[in-house]
Amino acid sequence: MGLLYFSGVAVLVVVGFLFGRSRAALAERTEPLHSRPNYHGAFVALSILIPMVLLFAIGVPIANHVTETEALNAYDPQIAGDQLRRGAVLRDIVALANERYAGQPSEALRRAADTYASLRAWSIYLIICGGIVFALLGIAFSLRTLSARFRARNRVEAVVKWTLFAAACVAVLTTIGIVASVVFETIRFFDRVSPIDFLFGLHWSPQTAIRADQGGSSGSFGIVPLVTGTLLITVIAMLIAGPIGLFAAIYMAEYATPRFRNFAKPVLEILAGIPTVVLGFFAALTLAPLIRASGEALGLNVASESALAAGIVMGMMIIPFVSSLSDDVINAVPQSLRDGSYAMGATKSETIKKVVLPAAFGGIVSAFMLAISRAVGETMIVVMAAGLAGNLTFNPLEAVTTFTVQIKTILVGDQEFDSAKTLSAFALGFVLFFFTLTLNVIALQIVKRYREQYD
Amino acid sequence: MNTMVKVSDIVPAAEAHAPEHGTKVVARDVNVYYGEKRALFDVSLDIPARSVMALIGPSGCGKSTFLRCLNRMNDTIPIARVTGRIEIDGRDIHSADLDVVQLRANVGMVFQKPNPFPKSIYENVAYGPRIHGLARSKSELDGVVESSLRRAGLWEEVKDRLGDSGTGLSGGQQQRLCIARAIAVSPEVILMDEPCSALDPIATAKIEELMDELRENYTIVIVTHSMQQAARVSQRTAFFHLGILVETGPTEKIFTNPSDKKTQDYITGRFG
Ligand SMILES: Nc1ncnc2c1ncn2[C@@H]1O[C@H](COP(=O)(O)OP(=O)(O)OP(=O)(O)O)[C@@H](O)[C@H]1O
Ligand SMILES: [Mg+2]
Repeated sequence: MGLLYFSGVAVLVVVGFLFGRSRAALAERTEPLHSRPNYHGAFVALSILIPMVLLFAIGVPIANHVTETEALNAYDPQIAGDQLRRGAVLRDIVALANERYAGQPSEALRRAADTYASLRAWSIYLIICGGIVFALLGIAFSLRTLSARFRARNRVEAVVKWTLFAAACVAVLTTIGIVASVVFETIRFFDRVSPIDFLFGLHWSPQTAIRADQGGSSGSFGIVPLVTGTLLITVIAMLIAGPIGLFAAIYMAEYATPRFRNFAKPVLEILAGIPTVVLGFFAALTLAPLIRASGEALGLNVASESALAAGIVMGMMIIPFVSSLSDDVINAVPQSLRDGSYAMGATKSETIKKVVLPAAFGGIVSAFMLAISRAVGETMIVVMAAGLAGNLTFNPLEAVTTFTVQIKTILVGDQEFDSAKTLSAFALGFVLFFFTLTLNVIALQIVKRYREQYD
Repeated sequence: MNTMVKVSDIVPAAEAHAPEHGTKVVARDVNVYYGEKRALFDVSLDIPARSVMALIGPSGCGKSTFLRCLNRMNDTIPIARVTGRIEIDGRDIHSADLDVVQLRANVGMVFQKPNPFPKSIYENVAYGPRIHGLARSKSELDGVVESSLRRAGLWEEVKDRLGDSGTGLSGGQQQRLCIARAIAVSPEVILMDEPCSALDPIATAKIEELMDELRENYTIVIVTHSMQQAARVSQRTAFFHLGILVETGPTEKIFTNPSDKKTQDYITGRFG
């Protein structure tokens, strides 16, 4: 019914627009218009669109609610209090009304399904009729309001503004909602595990006994090994991607011939487009054995899943971020600054070092920060290449684990929703979120400081 | 070139061909192309040492282009191509064994649009001395910075905030900062592309004073749209039109008794 309704809306809106526009075009022959005919058309279209959409958005939930309540009442007036049974019965009623019920329905169920079906038919009928009435009212209203001097343009602009405002609100509210739900679950987690143990504990093994009579571990939730693991991999990745990405960007922006640039830029973009799963198995199947073999040749003891392999591949993943963003900011440095430096008798590398890079510093820092956020948030490569073992170590040749990997491990598979183990994923998510937020704030501060100095 | 012959016919040979301190820059048949577009047509011009040469002419006639030839800044424009011969102190600046970095250290430039580096005022002026290793100590560098800023007439305004960003100055102050930056390395030739277009009369007077003073030791080429300025500061003037050097000669002669009708029309404000 939604599809039907909205095709109707679309047709009416188009017709309304064309009608409003041609009427205005006609009127323009005798009298100058305040707004262009297109705005008259848009005004008519909006007068139809807004009430019809509002009717649907408000009417459908109400109609559904009434339909469901009445159907359940018809089944058993006492049922409203019992959440679990209510849900189950409702599913049965809907299935029966749609003639997909398997088995022999009871008398009460059949009655309820009849009520449901008839109320549903009625609400569809009402909403469609209501929509038509609203559309007609909208047309009537807009035709009465429209005149040559009517400021349709200003009205349409206002609607545009409010629509954009609504979109911004949705974005902000979604963010707030996600953060709130994570915070809420985190608080529940801290009912079970003390924040001190969580933040400063040196041991991570989230297995808890599922039944009280089961023996074994009670789980320990110290995140320090995850912090070191995440940092270790991120540092390795940045040691790779930082210099290579930045130098590549400098070469591309300052030295490369247009021909080389036209070839190299798309190649880098392809690197950025490789799914991280693919990079992950490159790390696990190609690089990790290589590192292990060369480590052993040197007499080192290398785990088959090592932080080094994951870090190197992660570095490869973020090279394109660093290089293409840095390339952009370096290109944005005005040529006049370079000319000023060359005219002083500076060489190319002096000019880059002393004028171009300082001028681009803020942008380069934010490119690095973005790359670090990517690295910290990356999961797939680490899952495949660095392992799950929560070792507390700074040795890049050992297996480590990270926040994202643990979150993924905890939430994969069937979970009990209020065990400490499951809830710990939210706490991890919260810490991760806090970490990237801090990173972004620092980056913004740096960028702002240097912008004040450099624009 | 035709007009050149006319000029030397009228001007006494001694004055035209034997400048007081010799000829610093010799340009012969210089052509500049931007891609397909030709911006200069066979320009031949002698610039005497230790004097001020003014380049005048309507907008787009190629004054900046010619100026950029003298320190090979056209090299930085990928589509630009320069032909012809330019000598400074008798050395061909296009010859393979000439180091363009050295050339630019000797031929300073002040651009038409002020382009201070996004660094502190101090660092802007210290930039050249630092990269060329001209100051042996911090105090020597301080001295160079102060004297350059003084000569550019900016010292009094900025002496208490040398650490502030050069880009935070007003347009006219920025231009004087660029002048200070250029003279800090004591180049032998200073090219100034409309250095006073953003300056008030007092700052302009200071820059003109500076040019008078610099003339004692340096060779200055200035592009200007102000006839009065050209008349005040320069000893010789060259008039460009549509990429062609129409006429050149001693400034008084160009302004009182030009040999070309176009020069006459331009300096009397009939076009341009
Ligand atoms: N970078 C460039 N690329 C292409 N064409 C250029 C470039 N620079 C200058 N030109 C062209 O060369 C011609 C001469 O320009 P130039 O800047 O030398 O003029 P100008 O005499 O300095 O003018 P103004 O007094 O306005 O500064 C103009 O037609 C201009 O369009
Ligand atoms: Mg110019």
